[in-house]
Amino acid sequence: MTNTSRKPPALIIATVGALLFLHVPLAIILLYSFTTDDRTYTFPLPGLTLRWFPTAWARADLWQALWLSVKVAGVATAIALTLGSLIALAIYRSKFFGREAISFLVILPIALPGIVTGIALRSALSLLDLNFSYWTIVVGHATFCVVTVYNNVIARLRRTSASQIEASMDLGANSFQTFRYIVLPAIATALLAGGMLAFALSFDEVIVTTFTAGQQATLPIWIFSQLVRPRDRPVTNVVAVFVIAITAIPILLAHRLTSKDA
Amino acid sequence: MAGGGSFAPPALCRKPREAAISHSPSAIVTHSSSSPAPAVSFVNVSRHFGEVKAVDGVSLDINDGEFFSLLGPSGSGKTTCLRLVAGFEQPTAGSIQLHGEEVANLPPYERDVNTVFQDYALFPHMTVGENVAYGLMIKKVPKPERDKRLGEMLELVRLPGLAGRRPSQLSGGQRQRVALARALINHPRVLLLDEPLGALDLKLRQQMQIELKAIQRQVRITFVFVTHDQEEALTMSDRLAVFNLGKIEQIGSPAEVYEHPATAFVAGFVGVSNLIRGEIAQAITGSAQTFSIRPEKIQLRDLGQPVSGDEYSVEGRIRDVIYLGMHTRYLVELSGGSDLTVVEQNLRTTSMDVLAARGRAVRLVWQKAHVRPVGN
Repeated sequence: MTNTSRKPPALIIATVGALLFLHVPLAIILLYSFTTDDRTYTFPLPGLTLRWFPTAWARADLWQALWLSVKVAGVATAIALTLGSLIALAIYRSKFFGREAISFLVILPIALPGIVTGIALRSALSLLDLNFSYWTIVVGHATFCVVTVYNNVIARLRRTSASQIEASMDLGANSFQTFRYIVLPAIATALLAGGMLAFALSFDEVIVTTFTAGQQATLPIWIFSQLVRPRDRPVTNVVAVFVIAITAIPILLAHRLTSKDA
Repeated sequence: MAGGGSFAPPALCRKPREAAISHSPSAIVTHSSSSPAPAVSFVNVSRHFGEVKAVDGVSLDINDGEFFSLLGPSGSGKTTCLRLVAGFEQPTAGSIQLHGEEVANLPPYERDVNTVFQDYALFPHMTVGENVAYGLMIKKVPKPERDKRLGEMLELVRLPGLAGRRPSQLSGGQRQRVALARALINHPRVLLLDEPLGALDLKLRQQMQIELKAIQRQVRITFVFVTHDQEEALTMSDRLAVFNLGKIEQIGSPAEVYEHPATAFVAGFVGVSNLIRGEIAQAITGSAQTFSIRPEKIQLRDLGQPVSGDEYSVEGRIRDVIYLGMHTRYLVELSGGSDLTVVEQNLRTTSMDVLAARGRAVRLVWQKAHVRPVGN
């Protein structure tokens, strides 16, 4: 943004166009959560109302789906924080045979299309004769949540001087004390950012969930089923608005935390 | 300092070392008070990384209270030796003893040594005070005692009043002092310094050299100092070891190493030396044994001037003259084809005089006593 005076107009138009394309649909969702029409999207709106908010509030199936999503995202994030940071520390601190391969394998789930992960997990679970449950969703989500934590932590570790760990040991701290006083503070914001991203990713995941869930519906699955069988359509819009709000906050926070010390 | 005995450093070590150690039951405490064992002892120590012999059969004794330098080019094994003492590396073979006790298998936190790292390795999320007192915090030294020693340390490294700052708010020289204070506050029996002055500019480095020396005299701790700067090693050390390719070429006082280089490598690495070999050596001394002669020991004389019986001489032609202000360096081409470097102080000569000497035929003369035969 150093020379604001000379920007090609075509570039400005393209930028504004792309941003509009991304965000207008969100605005439409927001708008239609206030419509009085309960079946279709008509424009202009026939009228404005707040009645969908109490309606949504009263729906038990919605609350169930929301609670399941929060539980899954919470547990998947906890698993990701533990495994992701342990893998990052192992890869960073030691040189062993197959180190690069492991690093690649950890990142792979996020690069693979969700459908591949989903099919693979589903056939693996059938092969093992496991019933689909809350835990199979958690495991499915954890596969890609680990990546976000791992990536954040390893990037932070690579920017941290390795001699700090040696210095701590040299000054009398054993491995646990070194982790507690030196490593953990160094990676704390990376863990927070990675954890928030993991939570957000899990919270709105559809594809892997459809393959690993049994009868349970997470919030995105619930929304999806609502679109197929419309009943009080604006209720879905109300839920969507809340999901936008809830996922935007941690992502904005994560962005702030990681950019501050970059 | 062992047993509160022979050394009684002022102020700093008023706290007897036993008191410091009693907080950490895991530390090595069983040294006897009259132990004559060297502070650091390497017996045939090797550290190989696959095919690379970083340290190859090194034996070395460093005395208690000594300022000892490990000098060598990069990749010569000096830093690996330091890391072996600290415990960051385990030897492939051999025995490492600290004050007579085998430590080769002890982790760093169970060794009574502390390190000043090349990049200082300060903890960025802690203040200067928290950094310096880290070792005491880990050993659960009570807060009042911790604060008192922190104050003394910051005084010693001349950083009083900076305890509340963050490392990122300090200059390079200040960070260096914090790293030093953080290592010394634990009263280690041996302090390891890994090229601690390498990142400082020349003026600051020279100032820190003097200060480090003064601090070492004050705290009377054994300092093991790694450097690739031969001038720094000569200035600061009581004794030094010259490393090359994982082996020690020579151990001795700075004067011994400079005046009597044991090998051709030492002669070339410590200061500047002329090495004269083969036929030319034969022509000058009557023996084909390779010898070294320092540039400042050689005099330039006119061809006609006499040579006395205790001097060697050889004729040559001045090929190049480099005027350096305080002194002048001459490159003299001998009749046999090789070059000798001669350095003369500009006592009476001016730049005009010395530059006019280019191309002149001269006689090089030096005392026989200054010639050092060296191994090849």
